[in-house]
Amino acid sequence: MSAATQTKIRVVVAKPGLDGHDRGAKIIARALRDAGMEVIYTGLHQTPEQIVETVIQEDADAVGLSILSGAHLTLVPRIVELLREQGVDDVLVTAGGTIPAEDVPVLKEAGVAEVFGPGTPTQAIIDFITEGVRTLD
Amino acid sequence: MPPEPTTTAPSSYDQWRAAYGLNAERDVEFTTLGGIPIEPLYTEKDRPTGTAEGAGGEIDPSIGVPGQYPFTRGVYPSMYRGRLWTMRQFAGFGTAEETNERFRYLLDHGQTGLSTAFDMPSLMGHDSDSALSLGEVGREGVAIDTVDDMQTLFQGIDLGKVSVSMTINAPAAVMLAFFAVAAERQGGGDQDNPGVPLDRLNGTIQADILKEYIAQKEWCFPVDPAMRVLGDMIEWSTRNMPRWNSVSISGYHIREAGATAVQELAFTLKDGLTYVEQAIERGLDVDDFAPRLSFFFNSQIDFFEEIAKYRAARRIWARELKETFGAKNPKSWLMRTHTQTAGVSLTAQQPLNNVARTAIEALAGVLGGTQSLHTNSYDEALALPSEEAVRIALRTQQIIAHETGVTNTIDPLGGSWFVEALTDEMERQAYEYFRKIDELGGMVEAVKLSYPQREIAEAAFELQTAIEDERRIVVGVNRYTEGDDGEHPLLKVDPALERKQVDRLQGVRAARDGAAVEATLVALKEQAEKPDANLMDPLMDCARAHVTEGEIIHALQDVFGSYTETPVF
Repeated sequence: MSAATQTKIRVVVAKPGLDGHDRGAKIIARALRDAGMEVIYTGLHQTPEQIVETVIQEDADAVGLSILSGAHLTLVPRIVELLREQGVDDVLVTAGGTIPAEDVPVLKEAGVAEVFGPGTPTQAIIDFITEGVRTLD
Repeated sequence: MPPEPTTTAPSSYDQWRAAYGLNAERDVEFTTLGGIPIEPLYTEKDRPTGTAEGAGGEIDPSIGVPGQYPFTRGVYPSMYRGRLWTMRQFAGFGTAEETNERFRYLLDHGQTGLSTAFDMPSLMGHDSDSALSLGEVGREGVAIDTVDDMQTLFQGIDLGKVSVSMTINAPAAVMLAFFAVAAERQGGGDQDNPGVPLDRLNGTIQADILKEYIAQKEWCFPVDPAMRVLGDMIEWSTRNMPRWNSVSISGYHIREAGATAVQELAFTLKDGLTYVEQAIERGLDVDDFAPRLSFFFNSQIDFFEEIAKYRAARRIWARELKETFGAKNPKSWLMRTHTQTAGVSLTAQQPLNNVARTAIEALAGVLGGTQSLHTNSYDEALALPSEEAVRIALRTQQIIAHETGVTNTIDPLGGSWFVEALTDEMERQAYEYFRKIDELGGMVEAVKLSYPQREIAEAAFELQTAIEDERRIVVGVNRYTEGDDGEHPLLKVDPALERKQVDRLQGVRAARDGAAVEATLVALKEQAEKPDANLMDPLMDCARAHVTEGEIIHALQDVFGSYTETPVF
C-alpha cells in the first residue's frame, strides 16, 4: 500500500470454516470501525478461496480470521498459502478464537502475524493492526 | 392534608433508608449482567402486582404453588424431592465410534441421559467428504453422514431405555429419520426383531430453526421452507412419537451470541410462541403437541437474574398457552427446560477458576427449577473438554444434588422480595420485546429484518465495552491477572479421524443400492415441491436406503434454495 498514512486502514474481518460463533468477529469488526478503520466483514462460513478473493477485491491492508471450530490448523495456513500464490505479500494476517497455546507457534510459522485468544482487549488488536500495517508499508 | 412528618414516627423502612444514606456506596454499577438496576434492599413494597400474603392468607396467584398454573415455582408438585434433574452432559467428537465410547463412559459414571453434539459439517448438512468440510470433520462434535453412523453411535445403548437429546437444527428432520431408523434396526431390523418402535423413543431433538438465523447460524434453507420442514417434523412426531420432545426451543445460543438475560427470555419465548402459532395453523390441536415442546436455557454468572429468568419464563409460557392459545391440558402450559452453564462466561485465563463459575451457574439453574442440566468443563475456552474436565463438571452437579441440601425444599427462593420483584421486571421487559416484534409483523419477519440479530450484537458490544472499561470485572481477565495455573492437558482430536470418517462414508456409498438411493431422492423432491406434503416419511425412506445427509440436503436445496445472511454489527 502507498500513501497509507493519509488513508483509512482497510481490514477484512473473516469467518473461515463452518462454525457460527460470530460474537467475537462482530465485536472486533465494530471496534475496528469505531477506531476509524474501513471494515469489510465477510459473514459466516467462508472458504479460504472466498476469503482470499475478498482480501484482493477489497484491496485490504489486513485480514483478521476468527475461527472457533477447531479447524484453524487446516484453514488458516491454507488462507496464507493462497494469498502467497496470488502474489499478495503486503497484507497483515491475524487470527483469533479458541486456539490452544501450542498451536500458536504453528500458525505464526505459517505466516500469521499474531494470534489473539479469548479475553484479548479490542484496543490491543487495534494497536497491533495499526502498527503492523504501518510497518508493512 | 398531608401527614405531619414531625408527629409520625418514621417507619423502620425510612429509618433504614436514612441510615443507608449515611454510608458511601462502593464505586461500582449495581446492575444485573443484563443491565437491570438493582435496589439496595427489597421489601414487600417491591411487589405491586401481588400482595405478600394476599387476602385472607391466600397464596399470591402470580406466584402460585409448584406444579400448578402459572408454574412460577416449578413445573412439578414435588420437584427435586421426587426426582432429581437429569444430569445430561453434551458430548461428541470424532467418528460415531469415539463418541459411542464417551457415551458409555458417561453412563458408567452415573449420567442419566445422553446428549449428542454434532460436528459442523453435520450441522450444516455437508457430508464429511465435501470440500466445505475440510478440517471440520469430527472436530466440535460427532460426524454423522448416514444411518449407519447413527447405528454405531448408539451401539450397545438401548434406545428404548435411555433418553437421547440431539442438538441439531437445520437438518433436524434428516437426523430424526436416521435416529428412528437406527432404533428400528437395534433389534436386528427383521420381522422377529422389530427393534425399538417410534412410540418408545424418548428424547429431544433441538430443531429450533428460528434461533439459527438469530444466533447459532447453522442453516440449510431460507427461513420460510425451513419453517415448513420444522412444521412437518412437529406434526409427524406428534402423531408417531408420543414420548418425543419435538422441539427444544433454545435460548442457549442466543445468550452465547451476546444477548442479555431479558433478550434470551424474550426471543426464545417468542420463537416458541411462533412455533405454536404455526402448528395450530397447520390444523393441529394445541393440546396434542404443546406438551411435547421443551426449552433450553443458558445459565450465566449473574445468579439471581438467572433464577428470575426461569421463573418469569414459566409464568409467561403458561399464561400465553392458556390465555392466548386456549390450551386446556395443564401439560400444555408447563415449561420443561434443559439448562447449560454459560460457555461464554468461561475464561481462557486461569482456567481452573471456571470450575467455580460453573458451580455457581449450575446452582442458579437448579434453584431456577431446571429439569435437566449440562455443566461445562473448565477447559472449554481452550479446546473441547478433556475427560478429567468432563468428570469434574459432572461431579459439580452431583455435589449440588447430594451435598448442598438445596434439593430439600421446592423453590427455596420463592417469596424472596428481591427474586419476585426481579421476576416481575424481567417478565415486563420480555413483553416489551414481544410488542416490538409484533409491530415488525411477528418473529419470522423480525428475523428476516435482522431485528433480534441487531439487538444481540448491540448487547454483546456493550458488555465487551464494560469489561474493557472495567465497569465489569472478570477475574483473571481484567483484574487479579497474576498467576496462571500453568499447563492443562487438552483433548486433541486426532486429524486422522477425518480420514477415517471419509473412508466410512465412502464405504457406505460403495455398498448401497444405487437405484434405491436415486428413487428415494426423487420421491423426496416430489414431496418437497408440494407445500402440503409431509417430508418425514420420504426422509425415513431415504435413511433406510443409506442416502447421505449431504445428498438429502442438496436435493431439498434444489427445491427450496439456500440461505445467505446479511450480517449486522
